[in-house]
Amino acid sequence: MGYVLKKSIDIFNVKLSKRENSHSGLYGQRKYKLLKSLLQSISRYNQVTIVYSSTSRKGMVNISTAIEMIPQLTRGLAVTISVLIASAFIAYIVAFIAGLSKISKSILLRKFTGVYVEVFRGTSLIVQLFWLYYAIPMLFNIQLGSNWWIGVIAIGLNYGSYMSEVVRGSILAVDKGQIEASIALNMTRYQRMRLVILPQAIRMMIPDFGNYTIQIMKATSLVSLIGMRDILYYGDIMRSSNLSQAPLIYVVVLLMYFILALPFVWLTRKGESIAKKGVASQ
Amino acid sequence: MSEQSVKDIEKINTLNTEQIVKYRNVTKSFGDFHVLKGINLDIYSGEKVAIIGPSGSGKTTIIRMLMTLEEPTSGDIIVDGKNLWKMKRNGTSIPANEKHISELRGNIGMVFQHFNLFPHMTILENCMVAPIHVKKEDKKEVQERSIQMLERVGLGNKLNFYPSQLSGGQKQRVAMARALVMRPKIMLFDEVTSALDPELVGEVLEVIRDIAHNDDMAMILVTHEMDFALDVADKVLFLDQGVIIEQGTASEVLEHSKNERVQAFLRRFRKI
Ligand SMILES: Nc1ncnc2c1ncn2[C@@H]1O[C@H](COP(=O)(O)OP(=O)(O)OP(=O)(O)O)[C@@H](O)[C@H]1O
Ligand SMILES: [Mg+2]
Repeated sequence: MGYVLKKSIDIFNVKLSKRENSHSGLYGQRKYKLLKSLLQSISRYNQVTIVYSSTSRKGMVNISTAIEMIPQLTRGLAVTISVLIASAFIAYIVAFIAGLSKISKSILLRKFTGVYVEVFRGTSLIVQLFWLYYAIPMLFNIQLGSNWWIGVIAIGLNYGSYMSEVVRGSILAVDKGQIEASIALNMTRYQRMRLVILPQAIRMMIPDFGNYTIQIMKATSLVSLIGMRDILYYGDIMRSSNLSQAPLIYVVVLLMYFILALPFVWLTRKGESIAKKGVASQ
Repeated sequence: MSEQSVKDIEKINTLNTEQIVKYRNVTKSFGDFHVLKGINLDIYSGEKVAIIGPSGSGKTTIIRMLMTLEEPTSGDIIVDGKNLWKMKRNGTSIPANEKHISELRGNIGMVFQHFNLFPHMTILENCMVAPIHVKKEDKKEVQERSIQMLERVGLGNKLNFYPSQLSGGQKQRVAMARALVMRPKIMLFDEVTSALDPELVGEVLEVIRDIAHNDDMAMILVTHEMDFALDVADKVLFLDQGVIIEQGTASEVLEHSKNERVQAFLRRFRKI
């Protein structure tokens, strides 16, 4: 057993240990502990950890199975990431357009934007997705493009409506003295916005935009419902061919989403500290 | 006529006969609240005018209307011979559009009580942004001028600092440099020292004194520093409840006023 203990165990490096099935005892337990502590550190997903431990009696050695799932699931990574990037991009643009429209001089523009924001915030993203996917093509006989585009548009419009409020709120939160100073320097409305207000407002938006981007990342999993082959889709496929592995499959799926979110968590933190500088406070 | 006297007349003409700003029966109300009740006021090119008066009397409102931050309820403000808030079209007078206002606003600069520096720009950028973008001046030339101006207010060694790294007095000096590089004909100062710690007031007043004595632009100073007003102002206005109740030379108003309300105000001030 000594040689087992001496090995430093890297849970993502299991392929090295072909032996573990025959020496399942301590080795498997140790790995199981590692996985468990990893899962516990992700407190949000506690519920799932418990589900997993109920199957752990027979599934103690399944860590290698879990690792083997990863290549399968990463086949969906490209879709998840491309949908994330595209829908986040659309959400940002829509957020700025709608946010600026809501504070424009034109009543018509304000009302129109108001309706858009309330409709998209007030109804569920899944239903919006199904509307774009099933209802609109039937009702109006138009094709909105591929499933990918439909998913991206639905998520982009939905989160754009939430984020437009962040844009609007941040712009209105810029100190009035800043606007007065830029008027006193004879800037045009457009120059005031571009040179003085937006640079400060954007700094204030960064934390909220970071959080919404993480939410968009999680929402991309909905595109599996309209037949896109993302991470969750492959998870579902694997589960249907191996029902007893369902808990483990979804743990791995969760972990993958969690790892995807990490860069955004980090960027948001970094952004927050940048944002603290460079905003007028009085 | 001798050559000398011709020159004198010319000097008088340029200095004293040209009103750069005129207020005519200007009133301002916020809802039912009448803040200013018929202001008439002439300011000549290069003249230094101090406005004093109790809190809430409308001092800030008078200069904010000139800076176009507040629109008068009635009356006319004439800047450089043109009506600031009105323009002529087909012989009738209509509310001024943004282009008209912006043309006249270019003559005016303002320094605020709370500095209002742009926090996301260095102090050099603060000075350069408007000449470059608003006046479309050459970047290099603007940079040189901005550095000169910052040196003049004693901040030549902090060009790349951000406002958050400066003291209140330093911020206010940057704000003055920023207004000065625009080369206004009229500069407005709204209680520019009242947000400062007492020990920082002196350095800011020193800069204003320097400007007042060496630059030939007109200045309107709202201030509670009576000794300072006595020193730099050609003319002092006393404002009370939206009415100019006394105006004259600094010495007339601040030292020899016969008006009871002015005397009471000054007496209260001396006691503090
Ligand atoms: N935007 C506004 N809306 C409503 N009332 C206002 C507004 N601006 C100023 N006022 C009121 O108008 C009056 C005059 O204000 P102003 O700021 O001109 O006075 P001030 O003489 O500068 O006073 P202080 O010495 O306190 O600065 C005050 O009573 C103030 O409350
Ligand atoms: Mg005031």
